[in-house]
Amino acid sequence: MLSKRIIPCLDVRDGRTTKGIKFRNNIDIGDPVAMARLYYEAGADELVFYDITASSDRRDIMIEVVRQVAAAILIPFSVGGGIRNLQDMRAVLLAGAEKVSVNTAAVLEPELIAAGAKDFGSQCIVLGMDVKKVEVSETIPSGYEMVIHGGRTHMGIDALWWAKEAERLGAGEICLNSIDADGTQAGYELTLTRMISEAVSIPVIASGGAGTPEHLYEVLTAGHADAALIASMVHYGTYSIREIKDYLHQRGIPVRLHW
Amino acid sequence: MVVIIDYRAGNLTSVVRSLKALGVNGEVTQDPAVVEKATRIVFPGVGAAGTAMAILRELKLDQALRTAFEAGTPILGICLGAQVVLDYSEENDNTPCLGLIPGSTRALPRQPGLKIPHMGWNSVRFLQAHPLFQELPENAEYYFVHSYYPAPAEERMVLGVTEHGVTFPSVMGRRNLVATQFHPEKSGRFGLQLLENFLRWDGRWQD
Repeated sequence: MLSKRIIPCLDVRDGRTTKGIKFRNNIDIGDPVAMARLYYEAGADELVFYDITASSDRRDIMIEVVRQVAAAILIPFSVGGGIRNLQDMRAVLLAGAEKVSVNTAAVLEPELIAAGAKDFGSQCIVLGMDVKKVEVSETIPSGYEMVIHGGRTHMGIDALWWAKEAERLGAGEICLNSIDADGTQAGYELTLTRMISEAVSIPVIASGGAGTPEHLYEVLTAGHADAALIASMVHYGTYSIREIKDYLHQRGIPVRLHW
Repeated sequence: MVVIIDYRAGNLTSVVRSLKALGVNGEVTQDPAVVEKATRIVFPGVGAAGTAMAILRELKLDQALRTAFEAGTPILGICLGAQVVLDYSEENDNTPCLGLIPGSTRALPRQPGLKIPHMGWNSVRFLQAHPLFQELPENAEYYFVHSYYPAPAEERMVLGVTEHGVTFPSVMGRRNLVATQFHPEKSGRFGLQLLENFLRWDGRWQD
């Protein structure tokens, strides 16, 4: 039986890892390559790197990080943030990442998903979705809207429609981030996660809000998520991946226990 | 020389790195002559069967693989490389494939609530005691990402099975050829153990 994946997410700026609380006040907590190796040995099923480097002329720093991470771990990892075109995708994949995550660029230019899937295969293309709860309207019938710029810009695109459209275009997986829950450590957005996960046949990684192992249990059961992204709860040592997996296993969730 | 076949089907970096971790500098090649002279062949790949077969034919790697198989060279197919060794694939309108193992590659049946592609870690139930499985515990899991699966015509060529909606063959073997639907190069230390077992294997197996 397929295990539910537990995926630490590392935000990287200028080659160093950070963790943003609601995308503000990022604080520096270390070296991404060392952290990748640590999480690999600690039982992470996969890793996500999110490049939040502001200036595009420093992108080569991230490529070097990707190269070093690829040499340090034997599990898949994806890289997102600032992926704007096929060249950006190619650079990250050739440096050794298994997957690229496209977010803003895909919203602005949906054909990028199709082009990436055609050139590199659907399994490489993760659609990153930043979503905010809004009033139900004619434009946003699901009540969840696509946002960019860390939630500051509303796109007028319905999140449910966009998830299905991205699957049609060839995305192999969705990483679904609730801007409302992100950084709160108060639990994932279960309604949103379940709605999206049930609407598509590709796997959905839930993101935003993880604070306790019970939050993961909720999103992997009631939320119908296939995988759960975690950050602060492990970055600050509150829980180990072993503790989280033991808890989930005891509650009947299939997780990978031997590594 | 351990040869890794490059037929422009995905990234070979992780395969190359895993072999290097085991002390082997694999030669990545598109040259059929190099493939025919290899002492051992890793045949990886991700993507679609139609494109893959077209490129294998264009580069004349299809014939080189058949020659190497007939010569008894140990071959390890991975993911797409484990699918195109069969007679044909349902993907891209019944693509004719290499025919090193009788059978076909089929689409994972869609079911309500079942996610396709089958992506993530899953276990393998070993059906036979192949040298490839040495020192691998039964509870180990391996990393999968695929929407099609290999279905050999003969049960004796199925070495291991995995569950995802259906029970499908995840490891196959025929003579000097073994093939895994999962990615040993992305499957942590157990995947690395499997690669090491392959590097030690003399290619002998009674199927």
